[in-house]
Amino acid sequence: MRKEKVDVLVIGGGAAGLAAAIESANHGVKTILLERERKTGGVLNQCIHNGFGLHVFKQELTGPEFMELLWEELSKTSAIVKSDSTVLKIAPESKEVTVLSREGVVIYQVKSLIVSTGARERSLNNLGIPGARVAGVFTAGVVQKMVNIYNRLPGHNVLIVGSGDIGLIMARRLKIEGMNVVGVVEIMPEPGGLIRNVVQCLEDFDIPLWLSHTVTEIHGTGRLEGVTVAKVDGELKPILGTEKFLKVDTLVTSVGLIPQNGLIENFVEMDPINRGPVIDDLMRTSVEWIFAAGNNVAVHDLVDFVYEEGKIAGKYAALYALGEKLPGVKYNFKRGNNVGVMLPHRVTGEIPFKMYIRSKKILKSCEVKFNGKRFRIFNWKIRPSEMLDLHLNKFDAFSETTNVEVNELE
Amino acid sequence: MKIYIIGAGISGSLIARELSKYEVEVHLIEKNPDVGWGVTKANSAIIHGGYDDPPGTVRAQFSSIGNKMYDQLSKELDFDFKRIGSYVVAFNENEVLYLKELKERGRKNGVTNLEIVDVKELKTKEPNINENAIAALWCPDAGITEPWEVAIAAIENARKNGLILHLSEKVVDIVVEKGKVKRLVTNKGEYKADIVINAAGLFADEIARMAGAEGFKIYPRKGEYILLDKKLNGLVNSVIFPTPTKTSKGVLVLPTVDGGILIGPNAVDLPVEEKSNLSTTKEGLTEIYGRAKHLVPGIDLSYTIKTFSGLRPENNRKDFIIGATKIWGFINVAGIRSPGLTAAPAFAKYIVEKIFPENLKVNLVKKKEFNPYRKRIPNMSYFNLEKWDKLVKKDPKYGKLVCFCNNVTEGEIVEAIKRGARTVDGVKFRTRASFGRCQGGFCGLKIIEILARELGISVEEVKQNYRNSWIIDGKVRI
Repeated sequence: MRKEKVDVLVIGGGAAGLAAAIESANHGVKTILLERERKTGGVLNQCIHNGFGLHVFKQELTGPEFMELLWEELSKTSAIVKSDSTVLKIAPESKEVTVLSREGVVIYQVKSLIVSTGARERSLNNLGIPGARVAGVFTAGVVQKMVNIYNRLPGHNVLIVGSGDIGLIMARRLKIEGMNVVGVVEIMPEPGGLIRNVVQCLEDFDIPLWLSHTVTEIHGTGRLEGVTVAKVDGELKPILGTEKFLKVDTLVTSVGLIPQNGLIENFVEMDPINRGPVIDDLMRTSVEWIFAAGNNVAVHDLVDFVYEEGKIAGKYAALYALGEKLPGVKYNFKRGNNVGVMLPHRVTGEIPFKMYIRSKKILKSCEVKFNGKRFRIFNWKIRPSEMLDLHLNKFDAFSETTNVEVNELE
Repeated sequence: MKIYIIGAGISGSLIARELSKYEVEVHLIEKNPDVGWGVTKANSAIIHGGYDDPPGTVRAQFSSIGNKMYDQLSKELDFDFKRIGSYVVAFNENEVLYLKELKERGRKNGVTNLEIVDVKELKTKEPNINENAIAALWCPDAGITEPWEVAIAAIENARKNGLILHLSEKVVDIVVEKGKVKRLVTNKGEYKADIVINAAGLFADEIARMAGAEGFKIYPRKGEYILLDKKLNGLVNSVIFPTPTKTSKGVLVLPTVDGGILIGPNAVDLPVEEKSNLSTTKEGLTEIYGRAKHLVPGIDLSYTIKTFSGLRPENNRKDFIIGATKIWGFINVAGIRSPGLTAAPAFAKYIVEKIFPENLKVNLVKKKEFNPYRKRIPNMSYFNLEKWDKLVKKDPKYGKLVCFCNNVTEGEIVEAIKRGARTVDGVKFRTRASFGRCQGGFCGLKIIEILARELGISVEEVKQNYRNSWIIDGKVRI
């Protein structure tokens, strides 16, 4: 087994990891980026639709175009990319990271670490929907990869379960490629994805969206033959008598993303609501040499945000590796009224930062308050599926423990 | 002499392996495309202590002996077996009385190391148990394994020693002349047969009818399960039973050999026509969740990985039906429900060493060159990293992870295909790839790609499991 010393090791080569590696290498430290797939870019590789890059690059790009820009930036740095390389474990005491690749097992001795491992899709099996166990049930991301990378179709008649963004985008994609897209069912009374996707992917293509509906049973032997769909009540329980059978051979699910933190969750302080590490404005976790960025911290709405986080993590991980003393945490945020996903959890007060909040409920309009003092009003409908992003510097209402709330305005 | 075994489940595979120790031509016929896909695939995966079947039954006779054979068997065949022990938990004085009855039953069955422990001792080993528990019956001999892996391992080893395996081949008739087995007819051909061993699981009654052997009826009893994430590892350390009722051992909570938590089963009798009904039901899943949570309140369904169900071959005689019949050469191994996995090594030996010489007057000659050992597919959980590093240097495919949830490499998948995997499920049951929390989200397409490449077929031809379980329809564009 080979051992190697490295200043900054980045785990995961999606948008966050690429940005982190670029920024870290630009600070003049030895940086290695590990990617477990054949090539970097993560899910951007298969996101051939547009809508990426508006914030960061001020232009509307496809996923692969966004990625090309990152690769170009990366190629100008000294960062080393190791693909087909998977981290097996992290030893928090010795700062050793064990990695498997075709060259064997390598142990990296790191100065600082950036975890940008992204999220995985929740599978239909994870939901415990009763019925047969058949082929033909896929997550939206798997079908996206099948269609866009492998050039293959999953079947003929398809129902989409869940109206997350990837589900909406795949409804459109499969319809364009000639599949009969029967519709999209969403258990909640509101769509789970961005409104622009509901309009551009469903309405523009005459694909029905059934809100407050769920799949109650899977039918078939071998391959999927159909599903039972029912309307649900206010408690999300199926309403008896509303069941109908839909003859489909393919089910595509978009029922949520789960941040992947299996490598660090046993020794880094975790936030059960974000399902990611507790983080500060430097993207530093509770372990001072471990930084995190991207969808493993919390599921984000836009790749641009993930990219920005990667840059921050890259910068401070590099400074830490250079031996600089980084500022300590001064203000801690506490979730108050209506605050769901929230990051960062605490800040140094030394730099401007962005805060992301998901409201727990749909609100007609709202105000965000810190310690009871209004910071900003949002004069439009707020949904849990769309993050509020706040640009903050030091705010005079901050204190050691700062209460954050999102209140509905009349 | 030609021996045909029908059914490549636990029973058939262990009998096949036992017979492969002798100088005789043995065939194993399985209607599914792979081995261990019937009753064997979905059950509680427990090696029972052997205390709870009524003394004097065939089930009791073989299960306590079978239990003791698993240490040696797991060493020879290199499968996972962990003797983690079991508790039967009592919540009131009546149930404690029942524990005493079970203990006595165990004594009669030859299980002498059972012990009734108080709640304090139970809590030291199982801190997450419901605090209303008052006592428990401790059985140190109980264990867990992977039943399909036992069948796969036994058949791999038997084939090394000469077994001939027929897959996707269905027996349609058994020709009997003058009270003796003569021929076996399948959907693929007709074979001269001297001895037929009926280990056909749920369909053993139909096979027995073909031979005109005495009648019994198999009916399917469904048991549903929920598999929970490895994050709950340690929630229980041994197999946790409630105090049983008359019809069932109840809903259990137990660790799986690879670190997950399994809860289930319920018990629902289905009509005889529904021997393939493996669907789960809302009622069933709700029931097992409620019962499991009563035993271990920390059970949390948000950690669900998968729900599934299995069918057990119950029969109208309420016991295993093992032995020779009025048709010479036709042997039944039927009605093998729980504790069939436990008992199988014992009755496999019994058939070859007792039924053959005593009932059939057939004395088989032992092979001189029988090799009892089979090695599992290399897996990182059983290698230290130094050794794994050397393996990768020999074959770099062992350095490419395909399944991230269970750390399965391309090398393992290729090896599984070499050993007989032809479908995604075939790979899954041999390597645990796609068995984990993402349920194939990251590795599914890669496994299809590797199967297609290694088998020289197109990705459209790769199946999930059975003949009609196609996965990919065709090209988006030519």
